[in-house]
Amino acid sequence: MSEIRYTQDHEWVRVVSEDIVEVGITDFAQEQLGDIVFIELPEVDLSVDASDEIAVIESVKAAAELRSPVSGTVIEINEELEDQPELVNENPTEDGWFCKLELSSPEEFDDLLNEDEYSEYVASLE
Amino acid sequence: MSLLVSPLHKIHLDLGAKMGPFTGYSMPIWYPEKIIAEHNHTRTQASLFDISHMGQVSIVGADAASTLEELIPTDFVNLSYKKMHYCCFTNNQGGILDDLIVANLGVEFFVVMNAASKEQDLEYLRKNVATASVEEHSENVLLALQGPKAAEVLARFHPEIADLDFMTIDKFVLNRIPCIISRSGYTGEDGFELSIPVQNADQLARALLAQPEVKPAGLGARDSLRLEAGLRLYGQDMDTTTTPVEAGIHWTISRARRIGGEREGGFPGADVILQQIANGPKKRMVGMRLHTKALARKGTKICLDDGIEIGVVTSGLFAPTVKAPIAMGYIEPSHANVGTVVNIQIRNSMVSAEIVRLPFVKHQYRTIT
Repeated sequence: MSEIRYTQDHEWVRVVSEDIVEVGITDFAQEQLGDIVFIELPEVDLSVDASDEIAVIESVKAAAELRSPVSGTVIEINEELEDQPELVNENPTEDGWFCKLELSSPEEFDDLLNEDEYSEYVASLE
Repeated sequence: MSLLVSPLHKIHLDLGAKMGPFTGYSMPIWYPEKIIAEHNHTRTQASLFDISHMGQVSIVGADAASTLEELIPTDFVNLSYKKMHYCCFTNNQGGILDDLIVANLGVEFFVVMNAASKEQDLEYLRKNVATASVEEHSENVLLALQGPKAAEVLARFHPEIADLDFMTIDKFVLNRIPCIISRSGYTGEDGFELSIPVQNADQLARALLAQPEVKPAGLGARDSLRLEAGLRLYGQDMDTTTTPVEAGIHWTISRARRIGGEREGGFPGADVILQQIANGPKKRMVGMRLHTKALARKGTKICLDDGIEIGVVTSGLFAPTVKAPIAMGYIEPSHANVGTVVNIQIRNSMVSAEIVRLPFVKHQYRTIT
């Protein structure tokens, strides 16, 4: 089973191979945003520090930014989101991934929330 | 500060609404089907909107019509019984203090005003309407039933409701509940607004929702529907710094109040407004269709190719019926012609947009005469 971590900004990070992670937003986040109609993805090769903006998510009603939970370089983006942004509403943690990053500081991953800690955090918001 | 709740709060929670703060009230933003589905349902069937946050006021007095004309550039002296006007309060600079609906109910003028400005409007009316009494209808709540099936649905409760003309109003009894019902709305569709006693609101809303054509819709869909219909939102598309002429609602200024009319001028800001009608305003509200998938939100700059700023977006969203991002905003009149291509600065990039005719989606109002 792949390892997954979360942030208090409702993003998830999943290890797909050594030092490579996928990033997306959680089910809680997509529920809050409502119908997602447009996603501006980062350029491949963009290098980011943790908490830099890497994507913009537009719903009918509002715009939100995705801040990178970790530092690294964008190596792949989910191009399907350009025509089907609704994938993020339908399946935020699988088909609705945003991009893959190669970690530059792998230790940052371990500092993020694990599944139980994130669930507890979300429960505290509701 | 704690939020006020609507008399329909329990229904919203029962239906699983996402609630959000709106002008001091906790209101449903969307229900589980979300904005796009609610929007499309309104355009094809009928949707029930809770708009109980809006202000309802009655003005009673022999001179009410002429007193209202001192505050609003519209003809009330000749407003027929059961007819209503969309209009606005103006200030001395010609700016818009609020937009409102004023209906002639015989013994009273029945007024519907924006939630955010209702306290200020009430105070303004009480201060300036000396010869008439101004009463808030806080015992009544407002619901809207909007969509092509709305008339058919309401006719099951009272067949004569279907005979109302667009922008007319009357009193009806539905399920033994006394209602004031107008054929009007904020979606561009055929539809009705119902003013009903607070104590019957839950019962009547549930009875309407039990009709097969009716689903609930929240304020999110109300916003996307009104924007496609080219309807301005006070506080967003217009405020005290914009005149009715600039906002493109100069049609609310009746002929009788214009230059050469029977009761020319005599309202706040008349000099500015009448001069703008004659010579044109310095900025004009336009509709824009974006050539991109990104959305232009309020405050987004409108520019020429060389980067010179010529306007600003006041409302923008993804339009579910148009299936594209649309926006409204103010632009210099020389660039306001339909078909003109302008640039809109979205984040760090310029995207092109075309000036299009308002409304974006044709109105489906029902007029018999």
